[in-house]
Amino acid sequence: MSGARRSSVAGDALAQIGACGLFLLQILAAVPGSLRHFRETVRQVWFVGAMSLVIIMTCGLFVGMVLGLQLYYVLSIFGGTAALGTVVSLSLYRELGPVVTALLFAGRAGTSMTAEIGLMRATDQLSAMEMMAVDPLAYVVAPRFLAGLVALPLLTCVFNALGIFGAHLVGVSWLGLDNGMFWSNMTASVDVWKDVINGVWKSVAFGGVVALIAVFQGYTAPPTSEGVAYATTRTVVSSSIVVLALDFVMTAFLM
Amino acid sequence: MPELLATPPAAAIDHHVEVRGLATVLGGKTIFDGVDIDIPRGQVTAIMGPSGCGKTTLLRHLTGQRRPDAGSIRVDGHEVPRLSRQALFELREKIGYLFQNSALLTDFSVFENVAFPLRQHLRLPEALVRNIVLTKLQAVGLRGAAALMPDELSGGMARRVALARAIIRDPALILYDEPFVGLDPVALNQIVKLIRTLKNTLGLTSILVAHEFSAVSRVADHVYLLAGGKIVAHGTPAELARGDSPWTRQFFGGEADGPVPFHYPARDYAADLGFPVAGRP
Repeated sequence: MSGARRSSVAGDALAQIGACGLFLLQILAAVPGSLRHFRETVRQVWFVGAMSLVIIMTCGLFVGMVLGLQLYYVLSIFGGTAALGTVVSLSLYRELGPVVTALLFAGRAGTSMTAEIGLMRATDQLSAMEMMAVDPLAYVVAPRFLAGLVALPLLTCVFNALGIFGAHLVGVSWLGLDNGMFWSNMTASVDVWKDVINGVWKSVAFGGVVALIAVFQGYTAPPTSEGVAYATTRTVVSSSIVVLALDFVMTAFLM
Repeated sequence: MPELLATPPAAAIDHHVEVRGLATVLGGKTIFDGVDIDIPRGQVTAIMGPSGCGKTTLLRHLTGQRRPDAGSIRVDGHEVPRLSRQALFELREKIGYLFQNSALLTDFSVFENVAFPLRQHLRLPEALVRNIVLTKLQAVGLRGAAALMPDELSGGMARRVALARAIIRDPALILYDEPFVGLDPVALNQIVKLIRTLKNTLGLTSILVAHEFSAVSRVADHVYLLAGGKIVAHGTPAELARGDSPWTRQFFGGEADGPVPFHYPARDYAADLGFPVAGRP
C-alpha cells in the first residue's frame, strides 16, 4: 500500500469518526423533540430488545454451559472446582456479558436499524417526513438511538442470567458440584457495585456506541442497494472493533 | 376614465412563488444558470424539460431541501434559502409534495400514512382524524383501500394515496414531482382529473414537473420549458405547441435530435472504432 493511499484511508476513517461525532450531537439535540414521539421509542425498544431475546437467551445459555465445562476442567487441576460459580459469574458480569451481548446486538439489531434507515432514505421516506415538517432525526433516528441505550443493558442482564443458569446446569446438574457451594461462593465473591454495576455501565456505553454507528451508517448510506448493503456490513465491522476497543479502555478505568 | 381600464402593472400580479437568478452547480455540472420563474397563485404551472435538466432539483430548491448557489426563491413572501430549519418546517406545513415514487411509509397502512401529518402536528380527537382521512381517501377514490399496506398497492394507487396525504392539511401550494411517470392510461387520467379537481375546488397553486405534454396540456395554465440550465420557452400549453423555436419543436414535436442531442458527448466515433482519422497518423 502506497503512502498516499494509506494516508487517504486513515483520512477517510478520521473523517468518518468526526462525522459520526457531529451526528451524535445532532441526535442529542433531537432527543427533546423525540420525546413527542415517545410511543415510537417504546416501539423501537420492543423491536431491538424484545425481538432480540431469543438469540440473546440461546447464546447466553450456551456461553454459560461452555464456560462451565472449560472452567470445571481447569479448576479441577488445582482442586478448586468449588469456585466455579464465582469464576463464571465474574467473567460474565465483568466481561463476557456486556461484550458478547453487544456483538450479538450489533449483528441482530444494529444491522436491521442500518438497513431500515438506509432503505427509508433510498425510497424517499425520510425526505417525505422532512416535507411533512417532521424531523427524521427526532422521529426515526433518536428513538432508535435511545432504544439501543435502554435495550442493551437489559439484554445483558438476561444474557448473564442465562449464562449462570447454563454453568449451573453443567457444573451442578451434570458434573455433580454441590449446589449450595456453587451459589454461596458466588454470592460471597461478587460485589454488586464493583462487578455487576460496572458491567451495566459498560453495556450502556456499548448500547450507545452500537446504536450510534448503526443509525449513522443507515442515515448516511448512499441510496442504492449496494450502498445499503455496504453500510450494513460497516455497522457490524465498526461496531465490533469499537466495542472491543472501548471494552479495553473502560476495563482499565473501572478496575 | 381610461385609467381604470388599464392593465395592472406586473408587480400587482399575485405570484405564490418567485424565482430570480437561480444558479446551481451539482458535481461540476451547471444545473441552473440564471433561471427566473413566476408561479401565479391558484393556477397550475408546469415545469417541463428533458431528463436530467434539474426539474426535481428545482422542486427541492423551492421547498428548502437543497440550497441554491445563488439567486432568490420566494415562496409566499418568504426567502426560502435564508429560512431557519424551524421556519422552513412552518412553511412546509402549508405545502403539499407528491413524490415521484410516492414515498409512503412502508410500516404504516394507507389510513395511517394519510393520517401521519395530522397525528404529528395536531392533537385531534380520533373520530375527527378518521373523518378527515376518510374524506381525503374518498376524494382520491381509495376509501375502500384504507386498511391495505403500501406493498399491496399498484403504482397508480400508491400515488393517489400519496396525493391524499399531500392534501390532508389543505395546503395552499402543492408540488407534483413527475406524477404521470409509469402509470397506465387509466391511472394517468385519474391523476389528471384529480389535479384539475384540486385546482378548481380548492384553488390550490400547483407546480407540476412532468414530461408528458399531452397530459400537461390538459391541466396546466402555464408551462415553463427548462433546458441547458435556462428557461428556453414559456407560455400557455397552446402557445408552446405552436412555438417554432428549435427547443419547442424538438420537445413538443417529439423529434429525437435537436438542441437536446441524441448522442451523449463522446470522442470521435471512427477513432473509437479504431479506424484511421484524417489528419492523424
